[in-house]
Amino acid sequence: MLADKDRIFTNLYGLHDIGLKGAMMRGAWDGTKKMIEMGRDGIINEIKASGLRGRGGAGFPTGLKWSFMPREIGERPHYLVVNADESEPGTCKDREILRHDPHLLIEGALVAGFSMGAHVAVIYVRGEFIREREALERAVAEAYEAKLIGKNNKHGWDFDVIVHHGAGAYICGEETAMLESIEGKKGQPRMKPPFPANVGLYGAPTTVNNVESIAVTPTIIRRGAAWFDALGPERNSGTKLFCISGHVNNPCNVEEEMGIPFRELIDKHCGGMRGGWDNLKAVIPGGSSVRCVPADQIIDTPMCFDTLMALKSGLGTAAVIVMDQSTDMVKIIARLAHFYKHESCGQCTPCREGTGWMWRILMRMSEGRAEKREIDMLLDVSKQIEGHTICALGDAAAWPVQGLITHFRHEIEAKIDAYAANPDKDGEVTEKMVMEAAE
Amino acid sequence: MPKVKIDGKEYDVADGTTIMHACEDAGAEIPRFCYHDRLSIAGNCRMCLVEVKGAPKPQASCAMSVNDLRPGPNGEPPEIFTNTPYVKKAREGVMEFMLINHPLDCPICDQGGECDLQDQAVGYGISKNRFHEDKRAVEDPYIGPLVKTMMTRCIKCTRCVRFTTEVGGVEELGATGRGEDIEITTYLQAAMHSELQGNVIDLCPVGALTSAAYEFKARPWELRKTETIDVMDALGSNIRVDARGREVLRIVPRTNDAINEEWISDKSRFIWDGLNARRLDRPYVRKDGKLVEASWDEAFAAITDKVKATTPEKIGAIAGDLAGAEEMFALKTLMESLGSQNIDCRVDGSQFDPAQGRASYLFNSSIADIEEADMLMIIGSNPRLEAPVLNARIRKRSLAGNFPIALIGEAADLTYDYLHLGDDAEALEKFVTHKRAKAKKPMFIIGPGAFARKDGGAILAMAARAALALGVVNEDWNGFNILHSAAARVAGLDLGLVPGDEGSDAIEMTKGSVDVLFNLGADELTIKDGPFVIYQGSHGDRGAHRADVILPAATYTEKSAIYVNTEGRPQMTTKASFPPGDAKEDWAILRALSDKLGKALLFDTIEQLRAKMFEAAPHLAELGAIAPADTAGIETLAKRKRKPRKAPFENSINDFYMTNPIARASKVMNTCSDLRYNAVKQAAE
Repeated sequence: MLADKDRIFTNLYGLHDIGLKGAMMRGAWDGTKKMIEMGRDGIINEIKASGLRGRGGAGFPTGLKWSFMPREIGERPHYLVVNADESEPGTCKDREILRHDPHLLIEGALVAGFSMGAHVAVIYVRGEFIREREALERAVAEAYEAKLIGKNNKHGWDFDVIVHHGAGAYICGEETAMLESIEGKKGQPRMKPPFPANVGLYGAPTTVNNVESIAVTPTIIRRGAAWFDALGPERNSGTKLFCISGHVNNPCNVEEEMGIPFRELIDKHCGGMRGGWDNLKAVIPGGSSVRCVPADQIIDTPMCFDTLMALKSGLGTAAVIVMDQSTDMVKIIARLAHFYKHESCGQCTPCREGTGWMWRILMRMSEGRAEKREIDMLLDVSKQIEGHTICALGDAAAWPVQGLITHFRHEIEAKIDAYAANPDKDGEVTEKMVMEAAE
Repeated sequence: MPKVKIDGKEYDVADGTTIMHACEDAGAEIPRFCYHDRLSIAGNCRMCLVEVKGAPKPQASCAMSVNDLRPGPNGEPPEIFTNTPYVKKAREGVMEFMLINHPLDCPICDQGGECDLQDQAVGYGISKNRFHEDKRAVEDPYIGPLVKTMMTRCIKCTRCVRFTTEVGGVEELGATGRGEDIEITTYLQAAMHSELQGNVIDLCPVGALTSAAYEFKARPWELRKTETIDVMDALGSNIRVDARGREVLRIVPRTNDAINEEWISDKSRFIWDGLNARRLDRPYVRKDGKLVEASWDEAFAAITDKVKATTPEKIGAIAGDLAGAEEMFALKTLMESLGSQNIDCRVDGSQFDPAQGRASYLFNSSIADIEEADMLMIIGSNPRLEAPVLNARIRKRSLAGNFPIALIGEAADLTYDYLHLGDDAEALEKFVTHKRAKAKKPMFIIGPGAFARKDGGAILAMAARAALALGVVNEDWNGFNILHSAAARVAGLDLGLVPGDEGSDAIEMTKGSVDVLFNLGADELTIKDGPFVIYQGSHGDRGAHRADVILPAATYTEKSAIYVNTEGRPQMTTKASFPPGDAKEDWAILRALSDKLGKALLFDTIEQLRAKMFEAAPHLAELGAIAPADTAGIETLAKRKRKPRKAPFENSINDFYMTNPIARASKVMNTCSDLRYNAVKQAAE
C-alpha cells in the first residue's frame, strides 16, 4: 500500500484548501524556477528516467513523447494541449485533479510546456465539467495574479494557460479530434502521420498529454526520478489514480502504487467485494474500452500496464469497474456498445456502420433473440472494425465485445437457449430495461 | 527517390507519392470512394486499405506517403501488399459496412450502371448478406433544383462537401450529426449558391446526389456518348454529350487539365433541355407583319429579292456569341463576294482590332498558368459569372497562398478575398505610371465590364499601358489576359470579322446603317426597326422575333464546328445528334444561300471549307494547341491614347443562367434564374 508520504495528490478528496495558498502549503509551486533552470533536456531526461507512462490510457512513455517535439522553435510556435476531456465510462480521476488540485496541473503545464518549447498550453475541459472548469479557471487566475504564469512571470518563461471548454463529445478526447475541436472545427480525428508533434494545433508542433500525466511531473522532478521509478514494478513506475466503481462496498478514487494486486486494491480501499470474493464475476480494469477479465484471472493480478496487457485487457485509465454475480454481462456490453455507437464521429465507414450493427445484435442477444451462429458473426464484425479506422474508437468499440465473447460466450448461449425454449416467456425486453439494468 | 516493394517487385517512386499512387503506377488496382485527385484527402471510406509489412494494422493508402514507411530491420525497402488474403478480408469488411445501410435500390437508382459502389461491390465485396437488422433511412434535404438528393444511399465519403468548400468556395454543404446519424445536408434546406454545384453529381460515387433533370430518363448504356466542346462561356470546356436518338439527355465534363480540369459550370451541364425546346425547325418569312412558315426556296427567294434591291454598302452581317468558325468564315467570304465591308462579330460592343495582333485580345498566359501567377488584378470582370470554371482555378491558386488579388470593377462575392481598388478607369489609371511590380508573374484579367463598351478601346489601351508598366508583360511571361464571355468571339476576331475601313460595326448596323442585315445567331442585340433582318439561328428567341426571314440552323451539339476559346485554343465540336425538322448546319445554309445570290462559295463540303479557312488562319488547324501570340500587339495597343469615360465598370452578366438563346429556352435554367434573382417572387408564393 502506498505510504502517505509518497502521495502526489494530497488533496484528492478536496478536504483541504483548494486555493493557491493551500496548494503551496502542500508543496505546489515549490522550486519551480529550479526546474526551469534544469533546461529543456534536463526536464525531459528526468521524466524519461522516472519511467512515467502516459496516464490517458495508452501508456506511452511521457518523456519520449516530449522529446519528439522539434528541438528549435521555428516559424511555428509550439503548443502543449492538456487533455481534460475525461469521458471514458468509469473514469473520474482527472475531474478530482481539476476540482481539488488544479495547481499541480498548472505547474505541470508550465514545466512540461517549457520542456517542449511551448509558451501556450490549452487545457481542453470536457463539456459536462462545469464546476471543474470553474475551479480550474479560478486556479489559473490565481496563478496569473501571483505571476506564476503569464508574461514576465517569476519563472522566466512566458507562459499562457488557456482553458478551453468542450461541448461534450467523447471523440474530442482523441488527441487529433481535440485539436480540430480547439480550432473550431468538427471534432473528427485526423489521419496520422503527420503526428501532432510535427503538425498539430493550427499546423504547429503540439504535444497532447493527459491531465494526470502533466499534474504528476512537478512532483516527480521535485522528489527526483529515482523516487518515482522505485515505486511500482519495472516499466510500470510510479503511482496512479484508480477509479473503482461497481459492486464493491465502497467505490472510490484512490492514488495507489502501480502494480498493486487487484484483491489488495479492493480490500484496502473499497471495503472489499460486495458479498465477498466469491461473488466477483468480472472486472473491466481500465475504462469501458478494454476487454473485461473474468474473476479468476484478475483476482490476484498486479494492476499495471504489462500484466493486464498479458490478459489481453489493459490498464487504460485505471477505471476499475467491478461486477458481481448479479451482473448480466450481455446487457453490460450491449450498453457499452450503445455508448460507442452514440459517440462514433461518423467519419470512417467501419466504425460508423459497425458500432450500430454490433449494438443491435447485442440488444437482441441480451434478450436471447438471436441465433448461436451470430455470436461468431458478431466476433467477425468486431474484428472488421478493429484496426480499420483512423482513430482508436473503432478498436475501443470492438474490444469490449471481443472480451464478452471470449469470456462469457456461455452466457449468450444460455440466453439464446432460454429464449428459443420459450420465446414468449415474459414479454419483450426493451432497450430502456437494458439501460436501466446496466446503470 | 524512395524505393518500395509492391506485391514483391521493387519500384523507385517520387518523394511524397502516396501509397495509392505508387501501387497504381505498379499496376495494382486500389478501390476507393472518398479519395479524389482534385480534392483534399479525407481518408474516411477505408476502402483503399493495403498491407504494409510490419505495420500492426492495414493502412489507408490514399493518405500515407511512401516517405512515411519504415524500412525493414536490415534496411530493405518497405513492402506493400495489395493482393493478400489480409487485404482482401479488410476490403470485404469495409465493403460489407458500406452496404449494410445502403438501400440496394439499384433498379430504381439513376446511378445504376455507372455506380462506384456497384462496381466495387462486385469487385471487392462478398456475395452474402449477414445484416438482419432494420436499415437506416434518411430524409432527403433540398439542396436546389439541380441536384436531386436520395440520402439513404449516401456512404458519407464527403466528396461533395469537400468539393463545395474547396473548389466551389461556398460553405453551404456539410455533414451534421455524428456516428451513424451523420447526414449530408445544406441544413437550411436552401439551394446552394454555386455555379459549379452540378459537379457533385459526378463526384458522388453512389446515387445519393443525382441530376434532377436527368431523373429516370435513361440508363447509361442506352446513351450515345459524343465527346465535344462547350460553348456556354469562352473557356471551351471539354464535355461529353449523351444522347438517345435525336434527344440530348445529359452533358458531363471531360477531363482537360489545361482548361476545365474536370469541372463544368451548371449552365454547361444543365442547358440540354434547352436544346429541345423552342427550336426553329423550318424557315419562316414575314408576310404582312407576321412570320409564316415557308420552304427553303421561298426563304431564299425573299432574301435574294431584298439583296438585289439594295447596294453592297447597305448590306451587313453580324455573327453572334455561339457561332462556329466555319459559318463565320463562310459568312465573311459571302459578304466579301457581295462587296460589303459591314461585318462584325463584336456584338458586345467591344473595340478589339485583329490588326493589332492576337495578343491584344487573347487570354495570353493560358488558363492553366493562373496557377503559376503570383499576383492578379481583375479589371471589369466577374469571373465567377463569366467563366465559373476559370474562377475555380483562381480560387485554387488563391488557396495555395501568396497570391494578392485586386479588383477594379463591380465588387462581388468571387469566393476568394481580394482588394477592391475602385470601379472605374480612374482606379486603373494610377497603374499606368506605376513602377514595376515585385511579382515575377503578375497577371491582369480584363473582362467585358471594361472592354465591352463604347470607350472599351481606350480602357484596353490604358490597361495595356498599366500592364507594361507593372511588368505584366515581360521577357518570359505574358499575363495580359482578356476574358471573353462568348464562345465565338476569338474565332471571329481571328478570322477578321470586323468592319472594313468604310464599314459599320455591329452597334451601328443595329441602329439602321444598313438595309439588309444578316444576323447569324446574335440574339443579345436589339435591332431597331428599319433593316430587313435575316436571322439564322437555332432558337425562337429575340433574334427570331425581330427577323423578316428565319433560317433554322443547328446548335453546338448538332454540328461539327471549330471554336477558339479565350486563350486562342481552337477546339472542334462533334455532332452528337441531328438538327430538328428542316434545320440545317450553318455553313451549309450559307453555302446554299450564296448559290441563290449568284455568288457561290467555293466549297461544297465542310472539309473544303476548312481547307480554305486554314489558309486564311493557319493556327485554327492546330486543334487543342495555342499558337503563341506576339506581344508586340499589346505594345501597339498601349500606344492608342484616348481618354476613357468616367462611368464605372459594370458586370456584363446580370443573369448567369440567361446568357444565350439555348439557356433562355431551358426550363432548368429558368428555374435557377428565378431562384437566384427573383427571390421575392419565390418568397411570395
